[in-house]
Formats: sequence, C-alpha cells, structure tokens
Amino acid sequence: MSTLLQDLKAQAGIFESDADQIHGLLAEFPDPGALLHAAETVREEGYRHFDTHSPFPIHGMDEAMGLGNATGVGVLAFFGGVTGCVVAYLLQWWTAAVDYPLNISGKPFFAVEPSVPIMFELTVLFAAFGAVAGMFALNGLPRPYNPLFYSDRFKGASDDRFFLHIAASDDEFDVEDSAAMLQRLGARHLELVKDDGTVDA
Amino acid sequence: METSKKLPTDPSESPPSPAGDGAADPDRLVKGNLSFHDITEMVSRHAEKKAPLAWYVAFGVSLSGALLLVGLLAYVVWNGIGVWGNNQPVGWGWPIVNFVFWVGIGHAGTLISAILYLFRQHWRTAINRAAEAMTIFAVICALIWPTFHVGRVWAIYWTLPIPNQMAMWPQFKSPLLWDVFAVSSYFLVSLLFWYVGLVPDLATLRDRAKNFWRQRILAFFSLGWTGSNRHWRNYEKAYLLLAGLATPLVLSVHSVVSFDFAVSVIPGWHTTIFPPYFVAGAIFSGFAMVVTLMVITREVYGLKNLITIDHLEKMNIIILVTGSIVGFAYITEFFMAWYSGVEYEQYAFLNRAFGPYAWAYWIMMTCNLITPQLFWSKRLRRSIPVMFALSIVVNIGMWFERFVITITSLHRDFLPSSWGYFTATWVDIGTFVGSFGLFLTLFLLFLRFVPMVAMAEVKGVMPQADPHYHEHEGNGHAEGDGEPYIKPAEPALAEAYRSNDAEAPD
Repeated sequence: MSTLLQDLKAQAGIFESDADQIHGLLAEFPDPGALLHAAETVREEGYRHFDTHSPFPIHGMDEAMGLGNATGVGVLAFFGGVTGCVVAYLLQWWTAAVDYPLNISGKPFFAVEPSVPIMFELTVLFAAFGAVAGMFALNGLPRPYNPLFYSDRFKGASDDRFFLHIAASDDEFDVEDSAAMLQRLGARHLELVKDDGTVDA
Repeated sequence: METSKKLPTDPSESPPSPAGDGAADPDRLVKGNLSFHDITEMVSRHAEKKAPLAWYVAFGVSLSGALLLVGLLAYVVWNGIGVWGNNQPVGWGWPIVNFVFWVGIGHAGTLISAILYLFRQHWRTAINRAAEAMTIFAVICALIWPTFHVGRVWAIYWTLPIPNQMAMWPQFKSPLLWDVFAVSSYFLVSLLFWYVGLVPDLATLRDRAKNFWRQRILAFFSLGWTGSNRHWRNYEKAYLLLAGLATPLVLSVHSVVSFDFAVSVIPGWHTTIFPPYFVAGAIFSGFAMVVTLMVITREVYGLKNLITIDHLEKMNIIILVTGSIVGFAYITEFFMAWYSGVEYEQYAFLNRAFGPYAWAYWIMMTCNLITPQLFWSKRLRRSIPVMFALSIVVNIGMWFERFVITITSLHRDFLPSSWGYFTATWVDIGTFVGSFGLFLTLFLLFLRFVPMVAMAEVKGVMPQADPHYHEHEGNGHAEGDGEPYIKPAEPALAEAYRSNDAEAPD
C-alpha cells in the first residue's frame, strides 16, 4: 500500500528521501537535446523515479521518460463539463417549474430552449475548473516545500538551465553508480541534494 | 557562440546579459543558453527594477481617472441613475453602450490566447500575456455598467441564484440573466487561463527574487513550480483544454450580449445577424486596443525584438478582415430592412443614416468601414504612427456603433408621440472617462508587477528549444519555414540594452 502511494506520488514528481536524508542526484545538462537523450538513457537503465526540469516543455520528453499520454486532465475536465451541464439544467428546471412556478403569458414553466445559453456557459465554466484543478491536483501542486529548492543552481531551471533529477527512492539508485552514469551522459554539473538542507557538489 | 556564426538568423545573437551577471558564471558561455537567459532578463527586469518616470506620470493620470469613476459612481448611487442621460424613451443610454464596448474590447485577448493557440500561430506568444491581462481588465470595466445601471446596486445579488428570504429565483428566460452568466463565466475562465499561463513565469521571478518578502509572495503564487516535465505534460494538456474551452466561450459571450438586443422586438434590434456581427465587431475593437497598448509598451519597455513589427502587421490584417466583416454587416442590415418589407424596420434604418443621429452613424461608418481599408497597403500597415492612429480611430468607431444601435433604435419607437432625443450628461462623460482611468490603472499595475511577455512560451517557440536543434547543421527546427519567431537583435539595440537603459533605438 505504501509503495503504491509512493508510486502515485512519484507520478506527480513527489519523491521521498531515503533514511540518510538523501533526496537525490541533480544533474545539469547543457541544452534540451542533451537532456532528452539523458532522460532516454536513464529510463533504459531501468530508473523510474526521475524527472527532468526545464524552463519550457520539451517536445518528445514524455516519450523519452516513458510517461505516455497524459489523459487525467482531460477526463477531469470532461466530468467537470458534464457536472456543469447537469447543474445548469436542474437549477433552471427546479427553480422555475418546482420551487416557485410563475405563469408568464401562459408560457411553459420550464423549457429546454431558453435554458441552453446558461447550460452552455456552466458547462464551459465547470470544465475549465475541472481542467485547472485537475492539473494542479495531478501535479501535486501547490507544493511549497521541495528539497530541490536547496540547490542554488536549481534556480536556473526557470531561466535557462536543464536538469535531470534521479530520486533516492528509486530501486536502482546508488550515489556512486548513478553519478557515474550521469557523468557519462554529459552532465555539466552534479549535485547531491539532501533533505536536511545541504547540497554536495 | 560558434553556432551563431554559422547561423546568422540564430536568436542567440540577441543582446547578451548585462555585464557582471554572465561573467560570474562560466556556464553561461555555453552556446544556445545565452538567448534563453536574455528573454528572462528582458522581460523580468521590468517587474523588478524601479519603474521609469513615464510609468509614474501615466499611473498618476490613470489613477485620477479611476478615482473620478469611484466618485461619480457614488454620486450615481446616491442620486439615482437619472443623473445619467437615461430617460424615457431611451432607458439604456451610455451605460449599456459602454458595457458592450468594454466587453468587446476584452474579446481580442481570448482570441489571441485561445484561438490563435489552437491554430498554432506561434507569433501569439509575444503578445498573449498582455492581451489576456487586457481582457480581464476590460471585463472588469464592462461589469461596472450593468451593475450600477440596475439603480439599486445593493440588490445586484438578485441576479444570482442565491436562496433568499423572499424565496425568489432569477428569471432564467431573460437574456439579461444569460448575460450575467455568460460574462461572469467568461471573466472566471479568462482569469484561470491567465493565471495558469503565469505560473511558470512567476516561478522565474521567484527564483530571481533577492528580497525575502518578494520571494515569499512569489513563492505563494507560483505554487512551488519547478519546471518538472511530469508537471509540464499535465500543464500543456490543461492549457490546450482551456484554449479549446475558451474559444466557444468567447464566441458565445458576445452572442449572448447581442441577444440582449436581438431577443427584443424593437426595430433595428430584432435581427438574426446580430450574434456573428457582434462577435466580429468585438474582435475588431479588441485587436485595435491591443495594437494601441502594444505600440506604447514595446516603445517604453524596449521590447521591440520580442513584439516585432511582423506581429503588429498580423494584428492589422485581422483588423482589416474583421472591419470589413463589420462593414458588410452594416450594409446587410440595410438590405434586410428593405427586403423584409416591414415599414418599422425600414424606418429604423433610414432614421439611423439620415435622422437626428446621422452624425453618429457616419462617424461609425467612416471609422469602422472606410479608414481600416488603408491597411490594404503593406507600407501603411507596417507604419507605427499609422497603425497607432488607426487603432484609436477603430475604437472610436466601435463605441459609436454601440451608440447607434442602442440609442437610435430606442429614441423613436412605434408611437411618434413618445419620440425623444437623447442627450448625455456630464456624469455620463465623467463615468466613461473614469472607466478608461480604471482600465489603464490596472494595466499599468500589470506592467509593473507581472511579466508582461509569456517567457516560458516564448522560449518554447525559439528554434534552439527544439531538442534536435544542436544535432544538425543549420536550423534544425522541426516546424515552420525555418524562420525564427524571435527577431535577432540589431547591434545598436544590443548596445542600448547593455547600457541598462530601457530606451532602445528602433
């Protein structure tokens, strides 16, 4: 059960540190292409708990990391939309035909035709809520604490730097071996990030 | 640097980072990375350093306008909406004219951020952030009018389905109520869209922040974003979905606004052409407003190699197209009035063009149909002074369009004994001017505190963002014609940029 939960969190990029407070290895690569190839190799080496960080989404990275198509957001947006449509229909029907019927020029208390605009608007609104809330939920955001923030160099991930992070929670993780592999892949800089706030270069 | 020698159009020729920053870190010399950092630097520094004097002057003027609006709205609430020129037979006056005007302006932002995104128009990345901000502020300005036009502003919550002690519900069959739902949904979805787009850029500002509180506040709003690819994949899906949702939404909003008129039985309003014609007009006026604002912004903030003349030209083409659609709709309305054989309908249109409001009608025709035709000339649509002047003319014309529709149809209805002539009061003029003050105040705050260009998106469409870029000789960009979307800077601009001065030569 705890492994299942761990894997689920890992899907959202939340990795747990190991007993020695080691969070993982953070390798910096010179450009998006190098990062893509590194991610591909790291996956082929059998790692699963790893992530890449870049200032913008890199095309082909999902395949390189073996993540597949992200369907969760779409599903949540769809259910949001259905909810909005149903809510709008029930709201207009119940208020006008059940709770307080008003006879206006002998028109029916409730009809679908004049209810369409509001059904449409609420469908869109709730679908948008579903997409955005779903996206944040699936990403495990907001997440104020992240051991990676201990690294000063990592600040560049939102500017012009490209990082690959292998988490200590991965079964294959070994400080020496993993570092050597990242070195071979052309990492420009390596850091060992710890959960106690220290970063070893 | 070698790469840039081989590829003269490579954006890594863009201005180097300010002295001191690049020198301290040898990593920065690695090829290709230089220009990503330049984007960050060019955009974020305006949200970080002290604002230029021009900003304070503009902010002072705008804020006085906003305060004028607040004061006059208090006056309107205290005295009742009779202090506006609204009276029988023209009950809708300027407040509704202004409402439609401001909602229309907002539409360009959504069009740029959503529809152009779906069509993969990468040039939108330079302007979408500012255009979306404009949308939100314009919708805020729009919502003021119906809110106060109800007269008893303290009862405005009756428009929402909130259970209350009277056991009453809103009348869902009324187009005015559809409007409440349409515009408020539009506002919320635009706000979400804008915020989702902002998160990665706020993270950039957070990582650059030197001050403790600044860092904390930005950390709060950027939600712990790390640029993780596990996040980007969901993020891109959500962004695409929002674009797909906002597109029909924006078309529906102005259609619903047009229903306010079209669902009535007033001659001149009761026409099926209204929804598409209103939507085209909204895009027309919104793009004009984006051009007005962007011409000033790129000038003042030295963003000419991000918001290029090509971007502005594309917007001018859209203005030309939508302006012609609107003009065609004006002519179609006349034809339909004649063809319908209904004498009230025919009179309404003849009265528009030749009656007591002919002056307004011909201002509208000139500004919306005739002057935009100048954009057929490539030289004129690439000329900054011409496009600036024309964009303002377009918005004058579009305000008059709403004036003509609202006022001329109401001032002479079926019974000649109740005909009248509408005159605006000083309160009408003051509140309208004040709404511009509010709009510009919000826009200036945006320019000051928020990254005004979507940095992450701009970086993503640069050629070296393509993972295969460094593998091939030449521009290995996977899509497009190989032209970079970001113009390389001119040497003179680089010099000006290095001297840390926002004033850049063209």
